[in-house]
Amino acid sequence: MSEPIIQMIGVNKWYGDFKALTDIDFTVNKGDKIVVCGPSGSGKSTMIRTLNWLEAHQEGKIIVNGHEMHAKMKNVDAVRMDVGMVFQHFNLFPHMTVLENLKAGPMWVRGVKEDAAHKTAMKFLDRVRIPEQADKYPGQLSGGQQQRVAIARSLCMQPKVMLFDEPTSALDPEMVAEVLDTMIELANDGMTMVCVTHEMGFAKAVADRVVFMDEGKIIEENDPHSFFDNPQNPRTQNFLSQILQH
Amino acid sequence: MLFADTVVPDPAVHKPKVMAIMVAVGFVLFSLMGLNDTIFGEFMRPVIGEPKESGLFGNLATGLVISIIFTINVVLIGFLPFRAQVFVVWIELLALFLAFFYSFGLDFTFIRSKVWFMISQGVFTTLYISAISIILASIVAIFGAVAKLSSNGFANAIATFYTSFFRGLPLLMQVYLIYLGLPQLGYVIDAVPAGILALTLCYGAYMTEIFRAGIQSINKGQWEASRAMGFKFGLTMRRIILPQAMPLIIPPTGNQFIAMLKDSSLVSVIGVWELMFLARTLGNKDFKHMEMLITAAMIYWCLTMVLEVIQSRIERHYRTVSH
Repeated sequence: MSEPIIQMIGVNKWYGDFKALTDIDFTVNKGDKIVVCGPSGSGKSTMIRTLNWLEAHQEGKIIVNGHEMHAKMKNVDAVRMDVGMVFQHFNLFPHMTVLENLKAGPMWVRGVKEDAAHKTAMKFLDRVRIPEQADKYPGQLSGGQQQRVAIARSLCMQPKVMLFDEPTSALDPEMVAEVLDTMIELANDGMTMVCVTHEMGFAKAVADRVVFMDEGKIIEENDPHSFFDNPQNPRTQNFLSQILQH
Repeated sequence: MLFADTVVPDPAVHKPKVMAIMVAVGFVLFSLMGLNDTIFGEFMRPVIGEPKESGLFGNLATGLVISIIFTINVVLIGFLPFRAQVFVVWIELLALFLAFFYSFGLDFTFIRSKVWFMISQGVFTTLYISAISIILASIVAIFGAVAKLSSNGFANAIATFYTSFFRGLPLLMQVYLIYLGLPQLGYVIDAVPAGILALTLCYGAYMTEIFRAGIQSINKGQWEASRAMGFKFGLTMRRIILPQAMPLIIPPTGNQFIAMLKDSSLVSVIGVWELMFLARTLGNKDFKHMEMLITAAMIYWCLTMVLEVIQSRIERHYRTVSH
């Protein structure tokens, strides 16, 4: 199972003078479920956004699905098609129905025919358990439903890996569970996942590895059992004691 | 309405102080107008005697009566509900306006003999020139806006130069420059295409800014989601960004169309037979300038009112469609 699908090797990134990422070494193998956590401003969102190159890095290497990501690359769209991304604020296309949101990717860039795209869309809507919302507009759905549609939209592209950038942070508490359930099911089906999240219960339930970041560096990376029960770094200990306090 | 307050004060016009001020100000203004030799003075004949000889007393008495009538009218309107108020004030203003035109002693048979030609020839030309120009200007504006937002130096420079130049020159001058300037370069251009070209370029420059603002108002997350799915720039623009920007772009574009309808009168200077041109030429021949100008003015006004209604419909449509 140790076939790397994402590799970050010595990655550094700056926003002007501000150093956002420092010497990041990070590998995701096929089938891995990795949770990235850390205090706000620690660079975890920046890191996940460099993986499909929504953000550019300046030093080091990022290799996704066999392609090195860099400013002159020709096939960035081809790489992105295979990398699903779920955003904190869902970013569904509000002028299109749920079904149209789901069909757009396969039809416009994968060249899938309308009926096939429709079938796939309904299959994944079933899977996130909101097939009855197919003809509504995103604005008519609750936050949790919107995020599940966003997950289904990414799945319709048949991605090789899914990136989640704080998928539950913008949700009301009672909607967090339904999105996490969807993500846990996805993990159990064997999807390769990288999740930036503060949901430690989710990390304990599905993660193969937990990555802790602070000030743009990976401070600690371990299996969830060791990570939660026996954190090595004092900053990790401090962070965990704060978020697990309540 | 801006914001409907929960506390509703008495209408200002029902406060005795405001009423008194209205009467006082009205009295001064109407008296200064010296209305004793008008139709109002005629009505006052029982009080002031022969209007023409009533002098200062006549003016003051007329002014006082008119200001009182005016104030009573305003106070009464103050009792009406909102919509009725709007309606009555509209009608009254319109009546005053028509009375103003009527006082010119216009020759209505002359107007009636020309008005059909003005509509069939003039309105038609005005409308089709404006319609073609607004469509072409929208196309120019899409490219202008994308170029202006682009990181390509050439595109950005050309677009900013274009908008700066065509927004910086009076439209009248652009019409002349195109009609008289292009033949200097060897391209003889007819009046109608020259007018359409001038309107297109000028309004394209203004609408570039409208389109740019519309495109920029779309959340960055939409770009990110679209690009993250592997949609290229053009596809993202066409299918994701512009459809969402349209509800923001269309209302001001409607506004531009209304403005253009009137600015199309400027192409009359190069002899296009649109409404303004006909108004001047038809009136000139018989020295009936006012008749034709007022008729044209009324036609322009009616056209823009129709367009305003259409625009508000479109606006409402987009407000309900976008969620």
